[in-house]
Amino acid sequence: MRRVDAVFWGVLAAVFLAGLALTEVMANEYYFNAMYVILQATIMAVAWNILGGFTGYVNFGSAGFFALGAYTSIVLDKALGLPLPFLILGAALMCGLMGLGVGYLTLRLKGVYFAIATLAMAIVLETFVNNWSYVGGARGVYLLTPEKHLWFKSYIQMLFVAMLGLALGCIAISRYLNASRLGRGLAAIRDDEVAAECAGVPTLRLKLVSTTLMGAMMGVAGAPYPFFVTFVDPLSAFNLFVAVNSIAMPMIGGTAHWLGPVIGALLVGTAQEIITVNVSSELNVLLVGVMLVVFITLAPQGIVGLAQKYWKRRRG
Amino acid sequence: MVNRRTLLRAGVAAGALFAAAALVPPAAHSQAKQPIKIGFSMALTGGLAGAGKAALIAMEIWRDDVNKRGGLLGRPVEFVYYDDATAPAKVPPIYSKLLEVDKVDLVVSSYGTNEIAPAMPIVMRKKLVFPSLFGLAVNDEFKYDRYFQIMPAGPEPKTDWSRGFFELALQQKPKPATVAIVAADAEFALNAAAGARANAKKMGFKIVYDKTYPPATTDFTPIVRAIEAAKPDIVYVGSYPPDSVGMVKAANEVGLKAKLFGGGMVGLQFAAIQKNLGPLLNGVVNYDFWVPEPTLNFPGVNEFLAKYQEAAKGKGVDPLGHYLPPYAYAYLQVLEQSVNAVKSLDQAKLAAHMHKATFKTVVGDVKFGRNGEWARSRVLMVQFRDVQKDNLEQFAKPGKRIVLYPNDWKSGDIAYPYKQ
Amino acid sequence: MDLFSNAIVAGILLGAFYAAVAVGLAITFGQLDIVNIAHPAFVIVGSYCTWIVNSRLGLDPVLAGVLLTPFFFVAGAAIYRIYYAAFERTGQESLSGLAFFFGVMFIIEVVLILVYGVDYRLVTAGYIGDTIEIGYVGIPYRMLVPCLVATALTLGVWLYLSRTFMGRAILAVAQDRLALQLMGADPVRIKQFAFGLAIATTAIAGALLIIIGPVEPSVGRVYIGRAFAIVVLGGMGSIPGMIVAALILGVVETLVGTFMGPSWAPAVAFGVLLLTLAIRPSGLFGRQ
Repeated sequence: MRRVDAVFWGVLAAVFLAGLALTEVMANEYYFNAMYVILQATIMAVAWNILGGFTGYVNFGSAGFFALGAYTSIVLDKALGLPLPFLILGAALMCGLMGLGVGYLTLRLKGVYFAIATLAMAIVLETFVNNWSYVGGARGVYLLTPEKHLWFKSYIQMLFVAMLGLALGCIAISRYLNASRLGRGLAAIRDDEVAAECAGVPTLRLKLVSTTLMGAMMGVAGAPYPFFVTFVDPLSAFNLFVAVNSIAMPMIGGTAHWLGPVIGALLVGTAQEIITVNVSSELNVLLVGVMLVVFITLAPQGIVGLAQKYWKRRRG
Repeated sequence: MVNRRTLLRAGVAAGALFAAAALVPPAAHSQAKQPIKIGFSMALTGGLAGAGKAALIAMEIWRDDVNKRGGLLGRPVEFVYYDDATAPAKVPPIYSKLLEVDKVDLVVSSYGTNEIAPAMPIVMRKKLVFPSLFGLAVNDEFKYDRYFQIMPAGPEPKTDWSRGFFELALQQKPKPATVAIVAADAEFALNAAAGARANAKKMGFKIVYDKTYPPATTDFTPIVRAIEAAKPDIVYVGSYPPDSVGMVKAANEVGLKAKLFGGGMVGLQFAAIQKNLGPLLNGVVNYDFWVPEPTLNFPGVNEFLAKYQEAAKGKGVDPLGHYLPPYAYAYLQVLEQSVNAVKSLDQAKLAAHMHKATFKTVVGDVKFGRNGEWARSRVLMVQFRDVQKDNLEQFAKPGKRIVLYPNDWKSGDIAYPYKQ
Repeated sequence: MDLFSNAIVAGILLGAFYAAVAVGLAITFGQLDIVNIAHPAFVIVGSYCTWIVNSRLGLDPVLAGVLLTPFFFVAGAAIYRIYYAAFERTGQESLSGLAFFFGVMFIIEVVLILVYGVDYRLVTAGYIGDTIEIGYVGIPYRMLVPCLVATALTLGVWLYLSRTFMGRAILAVAQDRLALQLMGADPVRIKQFAFGLAIATTAIAGALLIIIGPVEPSVGRVYIGRAFAIVVLGGMGSIPGMIVAALILGVVETLVGTFMGPSWAPAVAFGVLLLTLAIRPSGLFGRQ
């Protein structure tokens, strides 16, 4: 294994162990709640970036995938009473399938048309869920947190560790895509799809991989959500903020590099959490807006881009 | 190569640590006269913010009133609250921060089912008393014995909500036979409609139209026309403020021939909407919780409203404050009276007291049933009458919203059938 | 039959209004390829400004909207300047531009909340509440007036773009920027003018919106999907296509709402959009 890879896996393992250790030493549940939200945002940002940043197709319908993951979780729980890992798996499968479908959509639609189509799909999905009484329809559905939480001290700790593991896994997949031959193919598609096709890049296959992975990851982000909030209704599951955050965070962090969405999510997510519990009110929404505008205007390549430029200048 | 990446990662880690440090609370302050902290989240932005901000104003009036009287148990009362932006996902982190970091002594709920439910698992785990503000039948799911709902929807909230409407219909001669039920595709409206359906069936009405509409609907004329085509005798609507306005306007424009119209329309209780709709409201029979009729002149309510109306000036909230604010004040009165009665902050004792006692509040006598809802329903059915154009002040006085049901608070007879 | 003809008429009235909301986007997105997702937010600003003029000065809302257009034009031109300097000049548009306007949308919404609060705003006008009856079709003035004004607006924009020099320059810059430069016109100034024009239309669209129903800051969000769907369905760059698409959307929504149940209306509307994208992505009248 290359030294770079070893360092990466080392850091990943260290972070995960730190998370586990945290569940032992910290009784204060607030941090787990806050970190759950940030981790969820991280997975969404990393997922979006696979299609948006690496492959160059903008997905406006992130909320659709997220909500589908959440509702798949609800359905499987109501129908079969499966434990959390199976719910996550089910959500990943379902949303991966939807991602596959979206992938075929890219055959016909490019650029902004594709983005509009994803938005339309999210709205159509939301309308279906609104009318499906098994999951409560527009009335919403309650999901009580179950009593058992393995060896953890509370349910939120278990959710936190699960999300941490999932987030680290998604980051690893994203990094692999970025650095591998697959990733170069995706970058070729992003830069000029026609040229890539002519050069022999299997564009359709790569795009399908990209969309399926994105879909599956977003589904995974949404699967534990019903247990976190206890009450899910289409209005809050499909809301615009989820979609905007999933675009804003990679953009602020930098879309070309796998680290970009991670940095963006940590930065913006943490800022949002801090503002919610300290200053609160409208400023939270204003924050996203201002950060987005400022970063996009001054640093179109994101924070990673800034860092790269800085290092290049340092090297001389 | 390795250096840059590791440094970037280290930078990220440092940033995260810094952020975590920012989340750590400041050191605890001195021991003397420690204030009693009441913690909650409230919708100050987002869809429910109009009501949430009004509720907060009312709650702050209560806090100031209590502190003027010497506080609770001799200690000053402080609020610790955060904006949940009408987003359910924000509620669990907020309540865990309130309890674990801010270490509040008492908690109350946010406004609305969406914002109350996510806090339930947390308060249940900590076995806290949870006075709640306007959530429909939340406790049907959780069955928590320390939940207390200040909305007077009665022991069976889902059906008690619309029962008055149908009972009024039953009283008319000739008895109406058919009903149309229409509701917005959203939590409260659908629950109200479900209750209406159950009531209609139980009381022998035939349902000739039963559909829902998406909240984003712009024009309600086609919907009202479709209802009219089914020729219902009475029409029950479950709607939110913008759709309520749309439905009332459309009903007037289409010339709806139903004999009874209204039921569960949120928004017709708000001053700005009442003023704008004006005479279009005449004849509509709708739910309400408090109106300035002589039968509802509870001790303290007029003084409270005067204070609220003063505080609400220029804040972009409902200027009259008849709907939510009195109840936001009352749910804290319940807490206050319980703390004073048991002379402690012990959650178990408070809960026991809240189940037993009858509280005297600005919204009258409050008594809770076993499930935490009101022991007796007091969902009023009021009818708009003699409403003039473009006049806000008329709603501050009696005579414009006549209470028809329940009998204990009736202030006038129904003008039937509904005419435009 | 009665119900059907009423539904068609109501759909046309609604569709005309949708066209007024979308016409500005047809210019910015359809012709200039600027993904202005904040467009409905500008419409809401138009609604609020109309409300202020209506409640303080007592002017008719439509009149208020028209009077506001110069101010909105200037604001639009200014925003374009920023957008150009940050993105187009450096060739970064599409994704960055999209994110920029997302940010602008949130900032607008929050500023509106901070300044006006979240209570619903409505306007009063003499004709709101009355209905005229033609045979068995009833047309409320509350929908008729916006429909007429919207039609005048969209036809006016279309005529302007196709007949006047500046209008044709806007169409030209959309199609072939280099050729335009070679002909001696400054594409940046033309685009700036076009963007200003698009934002100016939101003043009127906002006035119409608040005539139809109550407005509060987040109402704009439901129009994002509709506006983009209309522009794409009609065909990028085609104003008559956009008008037809808006009418189709209005009629389909109303028919589904009347006969199937309103809760399915969004699915049908966007399903139509998806179908169009699948079969003919350039839209109804779009350039291939």
